[in-house]
Amino acid sequence: MFPTPIGKRSRAAQITYQVALPVALTLWLLPLIAVATFSIRPESDFVAGNYWGMPGSFEFLANYGRVFFESDMPRYLLNSVFITVPTVIGAVALSSMTGFALGVYRFRGNLLIFFMFIAGNFVPFQILMVPVRDLTVNLNLYDTKTGLILFHIAFQTGFCTLFMRNFIRQLPFPLIEAARVEGVAEWRIFWFVVLPLMKPALAALAVLIFTFIWNDYFWAVVLTQGPDSQPVTAGITSFNSQFRAAYHLMSAGSIVAAIPPVLMFFAMQKHFIAGLTLGAVK
Amino acid sequence: MTVTAVPDIHPPVRRGWYARNQIRVTPWLFLIPGIVFFSVYVIIPIFQSFWISFHQWDGLGEKVWVGTAHYERLLGGDRKFEVSFWNNVRWLILYLLAIPAGLFIALFLNQAVTGIRFYKSMFFFPFVLSQVVVGLVFSWFYLPNDGLFDVIVGWFGIDIRGGVLGNPDTATYGIIVAGLWPQIAYCMILYLTGLNAVDPEQVEAARLDGAKGWRMLWYVILPQLKPATFIAFVVTIIGALRSFDFIAVMTNGGPFGSTRVLSFYMFEESLSEFGFRMGYGAAIAVVLFFLMLGFIVYFLYSMWQGEKEAR
Repeated sequence: MFPTPIGKRSRAAQITYQVALPVALTLWLLPLIAVATFSIRPESDFVAGNYWGMPGSFEFLANYGRVFFESDMPRYLLNSVFITVPTVIGAVALSSMTGFALGVYRFRGNLLIFFMFIAGNFVPFQILMVPVRDLTVNLNLYDTKTGLILFHIAFQTGFCTLFMRNFIRQLPFPLIEAARVEGVAEWRIFWFVVLPLMKPALAALAVLIFTFIWNDYFWAVVLTQGPDSQPVTAGITSFNSQFRAAYHLMSAGSIVAAIPPVLMFFAMQKHFIAGLTLGAVK
Repeated sequence: MTVTAVPDIHPPVRRGWYARNQIRVTPWLFLIPGIVFFSVYVIIPIFQSFWISFHQWDGLGEKVWVGTAHYERLLGGDRKFEVSFWNNVRWLILYLLAIPAGLFIALFLNQAVTGIRFYKSMFFFPFVLSQVVVGLVFSWFYLPNDGLFDVIVGWFGIDIRGGVLGNPDTATYGIIVAGLWPQIAYCMILYLTGLNAVDPEQVEAARLDGAKGWRMLWYVILPQLKPATFIAFVVTIIGALRSFDFIAVMTNGGPFGSTRVLSFYMFEESLSEFGFRMGYGAAIAVVLFFLMLGFIVYFLYSMWQGEKEAR
């Protein structure tokens, strides 16, 4: 193990390390802690210029209550859910198929198609912006959740295919051959042999894509406007103009907007990290 | 002598065309939906953007062919373009600091003490937040006079006029620091995973040979972390060139346009309040694309090498 395990070092080093950990963490999360303290302060604190002293009173319920009951926040949150969940399902479904095709079969053009998916995934979004916006307008899908979902599914398919294909490559191939010898149809091999083995990959991808899409801002402002279809990342800016300079509400609003992917991460941590670090180890 | 034809006791089973060609056809059936989606929304639009960049277009009416006029204007002294381009370069260089910083934190946290898992996930936590939220958090952190950052540097007698984000000299750097925060977390988790897989026998052998500290890190550990470094490099470069959310949320390109980058400038031109200049926007996007292309080719080449080895 590198660096030398702290257990083998001197007592002084061990104590220093134990003290350094929480100090480092506090420094690391300082901006976030600052905002969290904003969100429980009463308005009068900001008027009085008391940004960092003891809060005048503890207004957790009042502030977060106003976010939920006096703004469009709940609608934006709901929009985010209705955009994110279908995208996750669509992208995972499409890419388990493409990943299966590219991972199991040998045919001409296999690597070429695989690299097309990877290359498209690296491209800066901006080069897609004008044509995709135009396409969405022409399909009468501008400012709809569907328009956003369709694009997200398509774009995420690139990354997901890379992921799925590499995962399927690691599965034991003799299993598939055995099924073929038995005369099992190819699509049944996909459904009954490969898909059940891909469960960890499906879970990892689902949490990753959930976070990516929930946190998307660029496409939300390019393809939607207004509370009917905008997700929470875009909605937070209009929320902030509604409560201009009301830091206690703006910070509470941002925390609310950030919570779903955070919960997702803590609930599915193992899958999340396994997904992110795929390929980090040979 | 008569030769009797041996009757074929195994008449060929009549199988349908699909059954006979199953192995050849199935991959394409599985690929078609994905390829169609990806082509319509990703591959074809890349070429459409090239085409649009040669036209004057407001997004609604007819496209008017202008040839290379947009590119001539871009490269012939568009001030905003120059500022954006150099800011992109700053982003690229400074964003790469996420890699050593991530490695440093990973080394710090790669211990087996009680509660270390909690610390690891809390250090990783910023990556899960949306860039919009991180941008907002930092813009409040940087508030002039009242922001925590200003308060702290105030103790050391430093006073940034207009606050970090209000001062054209510091604004871009302030945004990059905000961007580094989640990116460092990402690199850290890559390295933590990589460190987990470092071969303990090699480390022990090197220790017996008297290697430790920096030399151990450089000659024994880092070579084994190469796959993690490669991925960290890829995601950091892409992240740097894609930076948009932070700028849109934190400064909206200001003060005095000093924080624009190409992706933001492109967006601004295409959907500007003074009429949509889609053609000019597309031209900026094409330049950004070519900036990226060098890296993309390098990434793909490295992956291609890996694929060939795997075969």
